[in-house]
Amino acid sequence: MATIELKNLVKKYDDGFPAVNDVSLDIADGEFVILVGPSGCGKSTLLRMIVGLEDITAGDLLIDGTRVNEVAPRDRNLAMVFQNYALYPHLTVYENIAFPMKLSKNRLSEEETDERVRRASAMLGLDEHLDRKPGNLSGGQRQRVAMGRAIVREADAFLFDELLSNLDAKLRGQMRTQIAQLQRQLGITSVYVTHDQTEAMTLGDRVAVLKKGRLQQVASPRELYEQPVNLFVAGFIGSPSMNFLPAREVDGALQTPLGSLSAPETVIAAARGRDLVLLGIRPEHFEDREFVDEALLPHGTELTATPSHTEWLGNEQYGYLDYEKNPQVGEVLQELAQDLDQDEIPPQVVVTLNSASRIRGGSEATLWVDTRKVHVFDVSTGENLTRDEDKGAELTRQATEDREREIQRAAEVDS
Amino acid sequence: MKGLTGKQKLAWIGITVVVLLWALGPLISIFMTSFKASGDLTTGRFLPTEFVLTNYQEIFAGSAQELFLPALRNSIGITLIATAIAVVLATFCAYAIARLDFPGKRLVLVSALGVSMFPVISIVTPLFNLWRTIGLYDTWPGLIIPYLSLTLPISIYTLAAYFQQIPWDLERAAQVDGATSFEAFRKVIVPLAMPGVFTTAIIAFFIAWNDFVYGISLTSTAAARPVPAALAFFTGASQFEEPTGAISAAAIIVTIPIIIIVVLFQRQIVSGLTQGAVKG
Amino acid sequence: MSRAADAAATPAPATTADPKRRGAAERGRGRQPKPPLSERARSERRLGIMLAAPAFVVMMAVTVYPILQAFYDSLFSYRLTAPDEREFIGLANYGVLFTDPVFWRDLGVTVLITVVTVAVELVLGFLLALVMHNAVRSLRGLLRTAILVPYGTITVVSAFAWFFAFDINTGFVNSWLPLVEDSFNWFGSAAPALAVIMISEIWKTTPFISLLLLSGLAQVPGELTEAARVDGGTRWEVMRRVVLPNMKAAIMVAVLFRALDAFRIFDNVFIMTNGAYGTEVLSLLAYRTSIGRLEIGMGSAISVVLFLCVIGIAVIAIRGFKVDLTSSGKGS
Repeated sequence: MATIELKNLVKKYDDGFPAVNDVSLDIADGEFVILVGPSGCGKSTLLRMIVGLEDITAGDLLIDGTRVNEVAPRDRNLAMVFQNYALYPHLTVYENIAFPMKLSKNRLSEEETDERVRRASAMLGLDEHLDRKPGNLSGGQRQRVAMGRAIVREADAFLFDELLSNLDAKLRGQMRTQIAQLQRQLGITSVYVTHDQTEAMTLGDRVAVLKKGRLQQVASPRELYEQPVNLFVAGFIGSPSMNFLPAREVDGALQTPLGSLSAPETVIAAARGRDLVLLGIRPEHFEDREFVDEALLPHGTELTATPSHTEWLGNEQYGYLDYEKNPQVGEVLQELAQDLDQDEIPPQVVVTLNSASRIRGGSEATLWVDTRKVHVFDVSTGENLTRDEDKGAELTRQATEDREREIQRAAEVDS
Repeated sequence: MKGLTGKQKLAWIGITVVVLLWALGPLISIFMTSFKASGDLTTGRFLPTEFVLTNYQEIFAGSAQELFLPALRNSIGITLIATAIAVVLATFCAYAIARLDFPGKRLVLVSALGVSMFPVISIVTPLFNLWRTIGLYDTWPGLIIPYLSLTLPISIYTLAAYFQQIPWDLERAAQVDGATSFEAFRKVIVPLAMPGVFTTAIIAFFIAWNDFVYGISLTSTAAARPVPAALAFFTGASQFEEPTGAISAAAIIVTIPIIIIVVLFQRQIVSGLTQGAVKG
Repeated sequence: MSRAADAAATPAPATTADPKRRGAAERGRGRQPKPPLSERARSERRLGIMLAAPAFVVMMAVTVYPILQAFYDSLFSYRLTAPDEREFIGLANYGVLFTDPVFWRDLGVTVLITVVTVAVELVLGFLLALVMHNAVRSLRGLLRTAILVPYGTITVVSAFAWFFAFDINTGFVNSWLPLVEDSFNWFGSAAPALAVIMISEIWKTTPFISLLLLSGLAQVPGELTEAARVDGGTRWEVMRRVVLPNMKAAIMVAVLFRALDAFRIFDNVFIMTNGAYGTEVLSLLAYRTSIGRLEIGMGSAISVVLFLCVIGIAVIAIRGFKVDLTSSGKGS
């Protein structure tokens, strides 16, 4: 068990391009931290720096308080599960799991090795596959073997690299659950890299969002969702993505392409005195006026719009509202699209509607927006002007408490 | 051949027969010649009138024995040693090229390519001269060393292609699991590369076994002369007799190992040859 | 493997563990000089050089040294039969060589053999590759095995096999061929003798070219040919407009390697005619001069010319036809 501290870590390649730029992050003992970001954001590089497969250009990496910048991977006592599992194809499942104990570094007696392999295989349900070669296993089984190899090591921490990206959606869900349970059960410090925000939100105690090698925000999934620090985090977290509308404060209301919206004073105040801001509204904070509880109505505002079309998905439906492009925010949205690895952010608002809603494309509809949950972003810096830091910190504190309680409970069950 | 129409089946049988005749015809022809008695050689017929073993007796026990048996020993010894050295050196070199970052990597690759294009005859004259001076003329090492120039380049390219197929992550995983570089090499890379090393050895063996220019230029006696060169020195049992029968028998003997290897390892040889070429 | 990385081979004196140094790096962030090589990168370099060196040294020792020696020797009038008369004569050997009609005839024969065999092998090899590519599974192994037999057969054995088959005394071919008289001597004049030599050469080396083309064929995505067929292309059109352009690289590599190989032809000629009746090739001329007549000076001059010819072919092919031999980017 160990803590991992990243202090101003920098990774530069020969061309001088910083793949990782001044990243600082403290990972607590037993914590499950996710590194997330679009491809090329440096998350995998960062992970490999932690495990020692990538040199550290500047900064310090501490494991349990000891600086390990120059320590070889084999001596860091970390276990890593690779994207393609990196199972040794010439060894059986048993031999794969036993491999670390067959090395001079951590050689164990035959009996001890056998006992550990059996324990891990029982935990992962691999007992009947021990004599098979990895080539004959399914994707999920392979992954469990890779986990097994990590477990037997009794390593200080687990590192996972884009683990589930090769599995189909259904299996991915199952494996996600399994990894989360295993991590709790073992109470082992874990760092998990993914580009999938859903995975990040469901797995992590805390999620570190990276963009172009720089850390944007480290927080619990809820804080990221409710109190994002900037445009990038707001746009990256959540599916479908947050809508960004150019807006201007006029006489205590927000002038937007969807019309004038009234909003709480905090929101109006954030926009006041600025020429133009970006108003961020998540699709799920819209609703068909017909389906809004009367008690809720005062917390939001109504607007009328004509969706171009709707999509019915069973449990809910999406409506699409097109609006005139605003050249003043074109550049900033284009840049955001690039950062998010998208082609463009179309001048279109996606709204989530109750699945029973009869709103259809082409005809005018009355919608409702929960204006308590909207955010206002600075156009030039992308900073979230409505972020409530105290509220955000509280959310993350709660998540930490939850985790500690869970680990404690797991320990009690064990003993 | 399931799923083909009768016509297609017939066409494929026809094509196969043509290919087989073309590929094996000349060897069958010399195989037949090797069983012809000396009076039977000039009949202008393909098949011997009577199958006799006199030619084989001639090279193993008769007058051609002094020429053939040492040559066979030389060929086997020199070729195996040259193959072994080439494979070991090429394994190291190919591993470095495929896996390690070091200055001069490109230089090694380009020189290997250059050496593979080198006209052998161009270096025979200076080697002939040098070997005579330093005493390597007509010795085993005197052939083994130049054979390396024939076998190393293709071995390096073929093996580098194999090494590159082994996922990088396997080595990294081994490192994280606690393996030293050498342990990672020995426990992960070597077992996985064995098929490639084996295939490379076959190809290197073929090349060395085939050599004629060095064999005939850098040897003068039975001390080191390999079979292909010795064949050119065969004479008949008497001055008036053509050595055709004995040569044919000797040719068949040195072709047998080739046939066995090809039949057993067809798949590996094909993949080895094409990989080295494509990736190289 | 950027050149910049190579240039930074000098070991960095200080380690990043030095706190002062780290502070400096932090202050100068964004414009700091190239990071020093870590201990790992340096040991990787050392290991790489150590592993690659033996093979490299051996290859250089048996090729570069002798060719330099050959160039040096070619500037002398030097016979092993009269070593004391060794005398520096500059480029006179080359002068003699270039005015000797034998040299030009041998060069002509060599070029002829190269052009004809490579052309025929390309066509035959492609046909064989198509056969192997399209063959049903049950035949594939058999066909490949059969193809590999000539590849593995010793060239000298091939030469003897074809020689015996065509030879006026031991041969049977004359009695099989309809328009050829039984008394026809294939090895009595240049044209038929060269024909047999080339047949033997083609037989032995077509498999190699064919395997190269097979791998080229296998690399053309099946979707491409299917799309072309759906678009209404005939088999021939698909072949000419989709398959061939997509395997151009494989074809060029195959042609280059075979051309260089054919230009060095020696074994077949030596065995079948030993250069008689105007069938001599450059390699044989070099051999006859230095090993046969022990005229090291002149033999070396021929060797150097042969070497330059091969370089020339390679350069023309790589530059002129843009044969890319290193594009696959080894090791990156």
